[in-house]
Amino acid sequence: MKSQSPQKGTLKKVLRYIRPYWFFVGLSILLAAATVAASLYIPILTGNAVDLIVGPGMVDYVCILSLLMQIGLIIGVAALSQWVMSLINNRITYRVVRDIRNEAFRKLQRLPLKYIDGRPTGEVVSRVIADVDQFADGLLMGFTQLFTGVITILGTLCFMLSVNVVITLVVVVITPVSLVVAAFIAKRTYDMFRLQSQVRGEQTGFVEEMVGSQKVVQAFGREKASLEQFDEINERLRQCSLRAIFFSSITNPSTRFVNSLVYTGVGIVGALSVVGGGLSVGQLSAFLSYANQYTKPFNEISGVVTELQNALACAGRVFELIEEPPQVPDAKDALELGEATGSVAVQDVAFSYHKGQSLIENFNLQVQPGQRVALVGPTGCGKTTVINLLMRFYDVDKGSIQVDGTDIRRITRHSLRKNYGMVLQETWLKRGTVREIIAYGRPDATLEEVVEAAKAAHAHSFIKRLPQGYDTVIGEDGGSISQGQKQLLCIARVMLCLPPMLILDEATSSIDTRTEIRIQKAFQKMMKGRTSFIVAHRLSTIRDADVILVMRDGHIVEQGNHESLLEKGGFYAQLYNSQFDHS
Amino acid sequence: MKSLLAYMRAYKKECILGPLFKLLEASFELMVPLVMAAVIDVGIKNADRGYIGRMCVVMAALGVIGLVCSITAQYFAAKASVGIAARLRHNLFAHIQELSFTEMDTAGTSTLITRMTSDINQVQNGLNLALRLLLRSPFVVFGAMVMAFTIDVPAALIFVVTIPLLAVVVFGVMLWTMPRYKKVQAGLDKVLSATRENLTGVRVIRAFGREEAETQAFQEENNALTRLQVHVGRVSALMNPVTYVIINLAAVALIWVGAVRVDTGIITQGAVVALLNYMSQILVELIKLANLIINITKALACANRVQAVLDTQSSLTSPQALGGSVENGDRVTFQGVGLTYKGAGDASLAGLSFSVKPGETVGVIGGTGSGKSSLVNLIPRFYDATQGTVLVDGRDVRDYPVEALREKVGVVPQKAMLFTGTIRENLKWGKPDATEAELWQALETAQAKDFVEEKPGKLDEPVAQGGRNFSGGQRQRLTIARALVRKPEILILDDSASALDFATDARLRKAIREMEGGPTVFIVSQRASSIRYADQIIVLDDGEAVGIGTHQELLESCQVYQEIYESQFQQSERKGESA
Repeated sequence: MKSQSPQKGTLKKVLRYIRPYWFFVGLSILLAAATVAASLYIPILTGNAVDLIVGPGMVDYVCILSLLMQIGLIIGVAALSQWVMSLINNRITYRVVRDIRNEAFRKLQRLPLKYIDGRPTGEVVSRVIADVDQFADGLLMGFTQLFTGVITILGTLCFMLSVNVVITLVVVVITPVSLVVAAFIAKRTYDMFRLQSQVRGEQTGFVEEMVGSQKVVQAFGREKASLEQFDEINERLRQCSLRAIFFSSITNPSTRFVNSLVYTGVGIVGALSVVGGGLSVGQLSAFLSYANQYTKPFNEISGVVTELQNALACAGRVFELIEEPPQVPDAKDALELGEATGSVAVQDVAFSYHKGQSLIENFNLQVQPGQRVALVGPTGCGKTTVINLLMRFYDVDKGSIQVDGTDIRRITRHSLRKNYGMVLQETWLKRGTVREIIAYGRPDATLEEVVEAAKAAHAHSFIKRLPQGYDTVIGEDGGSISQGQKQLLCIARVMLCLPPMLILDEATSSIDTRTEIRIQKAFQKMMKGRTSFIVAHRLSTIRDADVILVMRDGHIVEQGNHESLLEKGGFYAQLYNSQFDHS
Repeated sequence: MKSLLAYMRAYKKECILGPLFKLLEASFELMVPLVMAAVIDVGIKNADRGYIGRMCVVMAALGVIGLVCSITAQYFAAKASVGIAARLRHNLFAHIQELSFTEMDTAGTSTLITRMTSDINQVQNGLNLALRLLLRSPFVVFGAMVMAFTIDVPAALIFVVTIPLLAVVVFGVMLWTMPRYKKVQAGLDKVLSATRENLTGVRVIRAFGREEAETQAFQEENNALTRLQVHVGRVSALMNPVTYVIINLAAVALIWVGAVRVDTGIITQGAVVALLNYMSQILVELIKLANLIINITKALACANRVQAVLDTQSSLTSPQALGGSVENGDRVTFQGVGLTYKGAGDASLAGLSFSVKPGETVGVIGGTGSGKSSLVNLIPRFYDATQGTVLVDGRDVRDYPVEALREKVGVVPQKAMLFTGTIRENLKWGKPDATEAELWQALETAQAKDFVEEKPGKLDEPVAQGGRNFSGGQRQRLTIARALVRKPEILILDDSASALDFATDARLRKAIREMEGGPTVFIVSQRASSIRYADQIIVLDDGEAVGIGTHQELLESCQVYQEIYESQFQQSERKGESA
């Protein structure tokens, strides 16, 4: 758990989100007070009524009737205010959550890619979804509970004091014992729970590993060995779970025992006072029900506090995301790049993902409109880094990249990116119909235009065969269509806009030959007369390129055309020859 | 459900004693209002301080006994539920180990992991709660009513009306909201997948400049979720006020009836107080019961899901001892083999026949989904052919005990998976008693010796889950070494060199060819260069062998092979090569 101050900071930020609803918050607090006051007043009235029922022939029906009418009225008031309060709290909670989520999502659109690339998708998603949810459940519900709890305690105290000081003292002295007991048990069981979740994590990890690679386990005949290992963890988990669960489950009986002590204490002192004449039977019965009401929030408070802390921690994680510095905004005087001619100049560029780990240095490149640049190298050599820089997903550390003679940092991101058509190997398609997918870059395109683009991308024939043709819905991961077909859709998506510059990623594997040939044809068609950057695996593409950038371990190691690089006899020549190496 | 009872039988003592002690505790709790009534009616009326003192000691004693009973009950419940969950996990894990690939595919890995972990945890929690509270809450509700009847019948009739009324409200609200909470969950899932989609597609979204449109779409989903939440919240907010009204009106009625009954001298003032006490106990228990039922329903659903996995029978059976007869001297023979996966409409493999001599290298090539992996999976019997027979060393693979068959085969799967531990432990999967020299030998052949030697821990270098701390290429080479350690008769490389550069790939193939007592090798690949020099190349298209032969033969006769080859080595290179 962190120190107090960051929590306070988080709390301030939470209040900022609640501020637009301050009127409702105020109303909610008033209603909470009304609810508590009314429900505390009822036992007094009930007690008064009981006092009027002394014995045979000693019952004051008229007074009882008027008391009962009052009780009925107060019940109505209490119930109504409780209901309205819940409605308001719901409203505030869900609206605040909605606002925070919207803000977080809006922020995601402006975060530098460095942030998004730098952490697992699941982690960011869980900040926007799970953490916000926890925050909603915990913080605002926690606040309501804490608030009504505190009012109840204070209110009960006042009412009790107004009736009898001695019995109030009994209640006040004994009740906190349950807090102490609960805290004591929680402290003792904390380590047990930590151990349990640690062993549980160990077991989950083991299960994930073994079940996830079940085929390997079976191929190597390791079933028995892994079961033995599992049983060892399982037994440890059983033992520490038993301890954790049992010892923590003592809390409830213990606090209830303390409550029954309070009840007994009130009983004995109260009854003696009645005998002594300082108290009526009705007041005693009111006290008994107060004793219950007073102790309940005490039992809940320790739970509420941990819930609040948890909620604040969750909120803290969301705010971390929201407050993350966004990408450098476009300069005020940034230019709108129209239709570029497609000349690209890279001058003395240096770039690295992590400070101190140099990656690209002294990178120079001149590309005339319509030229082809091939990026070549083994998998994972950093070819995407170049794409990241061209598209300005990342900014260069030194030097500059110019399009049509203008530094791309002086151009709005939007207009720069509009000038590039990008087809990556990791084919991402927005969930929707085929038509929507293709029209992603130009949502206003007509069906004719979409079909035209699909035809140009050689995608029309397979789309026609889909159950609903262009209206077929493609799921998040592409669902029923193959990887190659997905890539054809990505090509069609670019075809529809067909900007003057292209970034293409050739398929390495996992695409069947026929589709591969189609993709190739579509690529050829697109590249005609356009400046293209191609992550190339096919020798024919590489040979036809005007410039080849040879990359290795993130660095650009060689640069030139096919002949000159072969002549040089360096890494490129080695790569090229290994294709034909009959060793 | 039924099988859960079978598990409970193993903890019969705990499962009976737990609820029993809980009921004992509840009975003592029910006595408290009676004692208090006695204090009022006898102690106060007669101003008998001694009596009041004694009664309060009785009350405190009831509290102590209740505490002891309930702690005992908690212990038995915890012991039984934790023990049953552990037993369930053991059985499920053992069962999953025995499932064949067919069942693993049907169930799906992530599903099985969820069953093993969170589902069983839910069962444990549900069981624990049920053992503690399932009997207790109804017992207290009806106990309170029965006690009321012992005090006064007409007054008790108010209980008879109130309890069903409360039950209707509590359970009605619950029944109404439960399916709607599922809708809320579905709405939340939508918002979640919108976020995930946005993150995974961040490059495309920004390339097309669609950030604004994405934000709009997200806000729509988000608003829809909020509306749904507010809507459900509106009804569930009714629960507390309505029950509050019912219980307090019942108290009002009790006072009125009590007044009349006291007036006529049938009951005492203390009895009225006791009746009011019982009334307040009921509401608490009914709400507990409603929550309990939600939890138990969830736990039962989880238990059923776990049971469904336990009920899945492995479709793979094998003889205890070697059976059948030797039909030929080849290492691997396929005779008219076909394979249709369970639940799939079309055959993945059809009419495959070929044979491979010991020591030969076989290349398998074809597009995605052409059946390459399916073919090699039949050899170690990961799947059974649905048509024809597969022979290993001249014997039907179904005549081998499955362990004996798999011992002959070294498999390097497509996905390079390593296990938490050290490099040494991972390599020993291949052969538990492998010597140091054997391990290094395998690493050398797999082209992994250099980078393992560079690691500070060498063979004892730790391996993180899945081998995350190694690069893709290093992982692939380690998984190859793992298969080589067992010196298999048949080595299957299922597209397992895809992350290696051409040069390393070539060196690897050379080293395997030169291995002592060289294994029969199956190389599955998308790269023509990887299989080009194989003794036999099988070209698959849509599950059928459209060509079997050497590189030269296929170039002349097989159109699909020509297409593949040409798409990877253009005309010009072929000319360049022959020049």
